[in-house]
Amino acid sequence: MTGYADPHFDTLALHAGSQPDPATGARAVPIHLTTSYVFESTDQAAALFNLESAGHVYSRISNPTTAVFEQRIAALEGGIGAIATASGQAALHLSIATLMGAGSHIVSSSALYGGSHNLLHYTLRRFGIETTFVKPGDIEAWRSAIRPNTKLLFGESVGNPGLDVLDIPTISQIAHDNGVPLLVDATLSTPYLIKPLSLGADLVYHSATKFLSGHGTVIGGVVVDSGSFDWEASGKFPELSEPYEGFHNMVFTEESTVGAFLLRARREGLRDFGACLSPHSAWLILQGMETLPLRMERHLANTEKVVAFLAAHPMVSRVGHPLMPDHPSHALAQKLLKGGARGAGSVFSFDIKGSRMQGRAFIEALKIFSHLANVGDSKSLVIHPASTTHFRMSDQALAQAGIGAGTIRLSVGLEDADDLIDDLKRALKAAEKTADKAA
Amino acid sequence: MYMDVNGHKTYAYTGGKDFNPAQRTVVLIHGVLCDHSVWALQSRYLANHGWNVLAIDLPGHCKSAGVPPATVQEATAFIQALLDTQGVKQAALVGHSFGSLIALQTAANMGERISHLAMVGTAYPMKVSQALLDASLNEPEKALHMTNVFSRATLAPPSGAGSWVFGASLALGRRVLASNKQVNVFHTGFNACNNYDQGLQAMAAVTCPVLMVLGEADQMTLPKNALPLIAQAKESGVSLQVVTISHGHHQMTESPDETLNALKRFLIGV
Repeated sequence: MTGYADPHFDTLALHAGSQPDPATGARAVPIHLTTSYVFESTDQAAALFNLESAGHVYSRISNPTTAVFEQRIAALEGGIGAIATASGQAALHLSIATLMGAGSHIVSSSALYGGSHNLLHYTLRRFGIETTFVKPGDIEAWRSAIRPNTKLLFGESVGNPGLDVLDIPTISQIAHDNGVPLLVDATLSTPYLIKPLSLGADLVYHSATKFLSGHGTVIGGVVVDSGSFDWEASGKFPELSEPYEGFHNMVFTEESTVGAFLLRARREGLRDFGACLSPHSAWLILQGMETLPLRMERHLANTEKVVAFLAAHPMVSRVGHPLMPDHPSHALAQKLLKGGARGAGSVFSFDIKGSRMQGRAFIEALKIFSHLANVGDSKSLVIHPASTTHFRMSDQALAQAGIGAGTIRLSVGLEDADDLIDDLKRALKAAEKTADKAA
Repeated sequence: MYMDVNGHKTYAYTGGKDFNPAQRTVVLIHGVLCDHSVWALQSRYLANHGWNVLAIDLPGHCKSAGVPPATVQEATAFIQALLDTQGVKQAALVGHSFGSLIALQTAANMGERISHLAMVGTAYPMKVSQALLDASLNEPEKALHMTNVFSRATLAPPSGAGSWVFGASLALGRRVLASNKQVNVFHTGFNACNNYDQGLQAMAAVTCPVLMVLGEADQMTLPKNALPLIAQAKESGVSLQVVTISHGHHQMTESPDETLNALKRFLIGV
């Protein structure tokens, strides 16, 4: 089927969750910059507080602009709903804090964004939640790391920055065999390239700061629920299947057969932790999402050209993109990602032959690529992970995440590919000259 | 809450309140491939305004054991047994789609024991196309998708907070289907709707006030297909209210407040 009732991805990216404003006729989504909403009557106020009516009370809990973003990403991911958060890190924290407390355990891929590694390895441990890290491709390690108190399996759809593709069908089966959900960080792939929920994941989250918004202007996050995990049958989640004194003694799994997670995450997590998204930020993300399919195609096309250029350059010893046949995830990328290995996205790493000094010379010679700590911008970006995003990790942890001391990470943007290649060519020449001077 | 009905463990969502024999009772009956949770908001309102709410999972659906009803009459017998088990002398019935036919037949059978009959997203006859019947049996995922496409009327349901009704309906359908390994409750429910042929006789026998809540853009139970029931109700002389709301067949989730307002006016008079 097709059309308004059964739209395709590109149509949902523009229309899901929004309609012309019934009050003013505005076609664009209005920005509702308000903390709170006037009640029509005391009865209506009570109905909103008692979850008898579907309106808004206070923008920390929900907001009309933010709700459009939540519906839109849920539609694109194939979920039942979503909760927008102040950042991707807040989305990860909200997911974990909704599902578990002290004494719980997580099994996580070791190929993670450095910030996620920090949260799991250092911060959550202080709150009594332990994490065991396993190589994403070591299937037996996932199985053997699970303990009786394990509550969650977690990984990135394509790991940052090595682009290890997570075998979501296999890992989700391991999770489900053990009565726990799989949470996937799909920031680098976006729903345009892979839909983790359709492959067996139960929850997916994004740093919307990256490709969803796409212009490097906003910090935001979002978690989407598939509605497929049976929290009650698992028996491991009393947070969702037993009365919660903090909210009308509600049993979330009785209240909503498929939406228990989102219900608790919103009614407790946003209420108490408070990491909500600003409606202005939600609007900026929505602007980006409208062009997500177009932008992603250009990101991929440019990346293919840049990867081909780097792979043929004598100063480059390794290109870490699944487009390369020798990449460990080449076959899995072909199988799971839209368009095959090109669907692994536009954030990848490569190694320059030579010294650390040559690496610095390379970065400093770039004119179009901006040296900064972000990815997924419309503008091309570059960084040296070992000294920046992943600097808190030990050499061993770095190696486990596939990062070397001389690894350079690129986020290929939307500029003309020939200009990007020229920029890289000049910078590699500068690195080469630095070696000549040192000699 | 759980009850024993006909020897089977039976679940009813109560809107967060304990069952109180001194209060009025309303039974909320879901449609094909749904469960109690489609009535969540309406249940909580009624429970907080002096009603015992029994938003049931039909037998063999989700939290309720037993054999899924293969006919409207079988489901009616279950509702009657439920009321007897709970010692309910008089109840209001609210049904959606398949549930509306169950409520109708129960009201016809139980006479004065039914105080109100509310039929949401209803039609008679409630014919299901052969293609959809076949798909529900042989390709349930395809049929589920078709059903949800026909049920949806908007890409922007006024959910208040981030719910994607289309996805939620798909997920609930999958969950309900998976909850019964012995019987395909999707096909069984559609068959029950398709084969029910007592609608006009039942409406003629109803004595209580009747409400019909129809979706203007409903492609599953087209509003025009409720006209035979409306005509029969008028001919019978029962008190009749017909409310048409702007959305489709997902009335309780696409138009939760409009649906609740219609029920409030009908049941409480506010």
